[in-house]
Amino acid sequence: MTNILRHLNSKDWALIGVCLVFIVIQVWFDLKLPEYMGTITRLVTTDGHSIEDVWQNGQYMLLCAFGSLATAVVVSYIASRIGASFAQRLRRMQFDKVDSFSMTEINRFSTASLITRSTNDVTQVQMLLMIGLQIIIKAPIITVWAILKISGRGFEWTLATVVAMIIIALVFVVVIILVIPKFRMMQTLTDNLNDVTRENLTGLPVVRAYNAEDYQEAKFEKANRDLTDTQLYTAHAMATMMPFILLLTNVLMLAIYWIGAILISGASAPESSALFADTIVFVSYAMQVMMAVLMIMMLFVMLPRAQVSARRISEVIDTEPSIKDGPVTKTDPAREGEIEFRNVSFKYPGAADYTLQDISFSVNKGETVAFIGSTGSGKSTLVNLVPRFYDTTEGTVLVGGVDVREYRLDSLYGRIGYIPQKSVLFSGTVSSNVAFGEREGGPAGEDDIRSAVRIAQGKDFVEEMDGAYEAEIVRGGTNVSGGQKQRLSIARAIYKNPEIYIFDDSFSALDYKTDRVLRTALKKETGGVTSMIVAQRIGTIMDADKIIVLDEGRVAGVGKHKELLRTCKVYKEIAASQLSEEELAI
Amino acid sequence: MSDGEQRHKRNPRGPMGGPMGMGAAEKPKEFKKTGKKLIQYSRVFVPSIIMAFAMAIGAAVLQILSPELLRNITNEIAKGVSPDGVNFFGAIDMSFVTTTAAILICFYAGFSALTFVQNWIMATVTQKMSKQMRSDISQKINRLPFSYFNKTSYGDVLSRVTNDVDTIGTTLNQSVSPLVGAVALFAGCLIMMFYTNWAMALTSVGASVLGFMLAAVIVLRSQKFFAAQQKDLGNINGHVEETYAGHNIVKIYNGSKGSKKAFEEINGRLYDSGWKSMFFTGLIMPLMMFISNFGYVAVCIVGAVLTMNGEIDYGAIVAFMLYVGFFSRSLSQFAQGASILQRTIAASERVFEFLEETELEDESGKARRLADVRGSVEFRNVRFGYTSDKVVINDFSAKVKAGQKIAIVGPTGAGKTTVVNLLMRFYELDAGEILLDGVPTSDVPRENVHEQFCMVLQDTWMFNGTIKENIIYSKQNVSDAEVVAACKAVGMDHFIQTLPDGYNTMMTDASSISEGQKQLLTIARAIIKDSPLLILDEATSSVDTRTERMVQRAMDALTVGRTSFIIAHRLSTIKNADVILVMRDGDVVESGTHAKLLEQRGFYAELYNSQFETAA
Repeated sequence: MTNILRHLNSKDWALIGVCLVFIVIQVWFDLKLPEYMGTITRLVTTDGHSIEDVWQNGQYMLLCAFGSLATAVVVSYIASRIGASFAQRLRRMQFDKVDSFSMTEINRFSTASLITRSTNDVTQVQMLLMIGLQIIIKAPIITVWAILKISGRGFEWTLATVVAMIIIALVFVVVIILVIPKFRMMQTLTDNLNDVTRENLTGLPVVRAYNAEDYQEAKFEKANRDLTDTQLYTAHAMATMMPFILLLTNVLMLAIYWIGAILISGASAPESSALFADTIVFVSYAMQVMMAVLMIMMLFVMLPRAQVSARRISEVIDTEPSIKDGPVTKTDPAREGEIEFRNVSFKYPGAADYTLQDISFSVNKGETVAFIGSTGSGKSTLVNLVPRFYDTTEGTVLVGGVDVREYRLDSLYGRIGYIPQKSVLFSGTVSSNVAFGEREGGPAGEDDIRSAVRIAQGKDFVEEMDGAYEAEIVRGGTNVSGGQKQRLSIARAIYKNPEIYIFDDSFSALDYKTDRVLRTALKKETGGVTSMIVAQRIGTIMDADKIIVLDEGRVAGVGKHKELLRTCKVYKEIAASQLSEEELAI
Repeated sequence: MSDGEQRHKRNPRGPMGGPMGMGAAEKPKEFKKTGKKLIQYSRVFVPSIIMAFAMAIGAAVLQILSPELLRNITNEIAKGVSPDGVNFFGAIDMSFVTTTAAILICFYAGFSALTFVQNWIMATVTQKMSKQMRSDISQKINRLPFSYFNKTSYGDVLSRVTNDVDTIGTTLNQSVSPLVGAVALFAGCLIMMFYTNWAMALTSVGASVLGFMLAAVIVLRSQKFFAAQQKDLGNINGHVEETYAGHNIVKIYNGSKGSKKAFEEINGRLYDSGWKSMFFTGLIMPLMMFISNFGYVAVCIVGAVLTMNGEIDYGAIVAFMLYVGFFSRSLSQFAQGASILQRTIAASERVFEFLEETELEDESGKARRLADVRGSVEFRNVRFGYTSDKVVINDFSAKVKAGQKIAIVGPTGAGKTTVVNLLMRFYELDAGEILLDGVPTSDVPRENVHEQFCMVLQDTWMFNGTIKENIIYSKQNVSDAEVVAACKAVGMDHFIQTLPDGYNTMMTDASSISEGQKQLLTIARAIIKDSPLLILDEATSSVDTRTERMVQRAMDALTVGRTSFIIAHRLSTIKNADVILVMRDGDVVESGTHAKLLEQRGFYAELYNSQFETAA
């Protein structure tokens, strides 16, 4: 928790200081109010006072009540400002940090977890900060101040209050030792219950195929029982504690009366009246102290959950991205679109084995290079090294004759049109998706959007949509089909007018015919752009200028389709599994 | 239906729902109907709940009577302070004070004891009921047809099991019995106050009601900020989710700047609506405090005036200070309890909605069983659609002899898993029948159909348990030797032996187990099950080539001697299949052998040949 508080800036601390001042004023009002009651008591119990005197003191009391309310409003105002701006900052810090992450960091946290950290966890911390500012500060002040006031008036009263406080402190210790750990445990047990349920849901076909419903339910029952037992424990602890503290409060009140009675019966005339007034005032103080103590108790219950959230937020903010910016923005125009891999090896973080080993090849401007190999041969990993989704473990990747690590990232990204296997659309319109992000040389016109969509074979379906190019795309692009998504995703790359296309198995969602027509159009309309194509189907890549065959992370062959059929065993095997005898005949 | 994608779709509810239950609480659709269901659901607990109510009322009565005793003590003490300023020793009857205090302590102790018992009962009841609800939901999952999960996300079901049940558990505890107590306190308070002094009573009621009207105005005014905050939270969730999920694209297309700008805008709006609603949340407590102070002051002033006029004794002021506190507390409990109860009902509504979904047909009446199945399968005029308005399979018929291999082929998204779903009776046919050894599968219970199949899917589903538990799964009486034999058959035995705990290694700890090895383990699981028919998806998730070869070998071995339905990805499987089922747009469009289908020059031939056409 303290770790995350360092993100409060000096302005926040200053405001917290102001908050503190107002809380002190509020406590002053709260403790002053009963004193006027004491005065009224004296007026009532002694002779010779007019109703006007009572009325005047009554006005003071009202002023105190309003004063307390007014300061509380100020405190709440400041606290909510601090809390909301702190939450805003934590969200921004995380969002910016995640933006700077490479896939290594994203995968380590998982996208779902990063989303929760940026939203729900921040809310938790904000809530605690808000309530903390109002309660944590106020409770000790009111406790100490009230006891000081009481102690000035009589040893017996002080003793009674202090004894009550000590008992409360003991209850606190017991709660902290016995109950708080259970509250912490509850989170784990809830997660556990969630996991078992999710397991059942994701494995539904398997569960049913194996008639394992009872098996799953037995597991769920265990998780359910564990959670219920812990919840019962904490609920029972709370059920015990609250009435106990209430009893203590009431007994303390009685004790104050009783002590008052003894003191008064032993005192002489003017003194007895003052003592009687004190009795009334101190009962009120004792109530306020007990209330403060209860509040702190509530805070203890809230704390574990917020602590977990704070830790999770800190983890994101404190993670250093593994991909850093370089200085280069300009390259030799003559070498634009060139790609070279020099002795590249790559190992995923934490993996034992290399995914890619000793890969070297080069591609000239305007050429098409294709990568083929069985699943897990490393083809996707290889193309991911060009836009630096990951950095090489050994060796260098050069784009336009410059090491990719030397580029300023936006300059490197600006050269690449990347189309992933699983297409991504954002909420907005067809146009906003095609013209997404920033384009080298500023945004192009509507015609460029239309022409990009046309080349990507999306013209027909887009123009049939309600609103055509301005048709709405909902979050996640769920209102268009898989093939349509893929074509819009390709249109986005075409619109960008990059030096290099990277197709990471981007044609798989298209049927064979569209795949073929699209590639023909692309070749015709965007000549001079270098293409890297990862594919499963031989048909997609057999006309490439260069085919690189990968096998277990190594290059098993380089060449054109016909050459490879003759020279490369792995390629021949893949071809044999996809093509017929006649087709294989050269 | 991806869980990760769906989990955050729902608008966030929970911590910021409203200030102490007084904010923008979710409104249930049918309050009364759901309330009745909740009572019906908790009927076994009704005697306990009534007990708790009785305790709450008893506690309230003790609470209401205590100020009267305190009044007597105060008056006795006041005797020691004579108005004329002369104090005479022994004016206070200490034994009276002590006795009354002792009685009062008994009252307080009784009050606390009753409250304790009531809390305890309610805590137990709500926790037990929550547990029951969770169990019911979990069991319900396994009784729902697959079609239900096509329209509902996992995240939605999960949120009902945890969030909604949790809400019911906590809010029920905070709303029902405090409400009963508050009613008793309210009524008792009114009686005692008017019994003691009508002028003071009117003052107390007036001051409290005035304070509450002020509070109500403020709370009502704050509603719009809560609605705004809720909307902004939803927006920021959506934007964050979209940006994080599309991280690669955002980076490559240099969309960071645009995305950050959009984020800043929403974040700014959220700051604005956030601080405003938090401000009002923070006001609730001081307002309550003010209301009670206000009542306190009013009682003091009016009481003092009346005392000076000799109309009441001083002790009555002390009693009224407590009454006015009780009175305003009961009012605030009405307000809070009502709004918390709304949340209870809204959450219950979602839980009951799930529990009331139509279940799979009860089959306990089906006496017929399949036994010693040889493995012949016949599809007879099968018609099927996932939704009633869209038929995907029209009148499909085919016969498969025992031991044959059937390859299911077709482009991505053609509905190859539909055949699996129908064979396993995961879905019911609209017309026609599927016969196993001549027996329609609809004539026997579903479990009996499931028993006849081994199933290896592309999704390598493993659960949190040991490797051994994962392989044996729900099968009874499997010896360790059989497990080892199965793992040897798939070539995993050696690897498992090298793990620190061998076969007892937890799947979660075995991070070194690759996706491909998991696939091998699912094959081992199928070997242990040893059923006469097999359903196999050849698609291997990202695995290295060597493991892939092992997986293929293990799959081939599994098909020996079994009637096998294979979602084929390898040409060798297709070419060697006894029957090929060609799928397109969900329907089986052609069936036959490889050679025969090529001859037909239909969709299969087109599919097969299109791979060869070039982009030139």
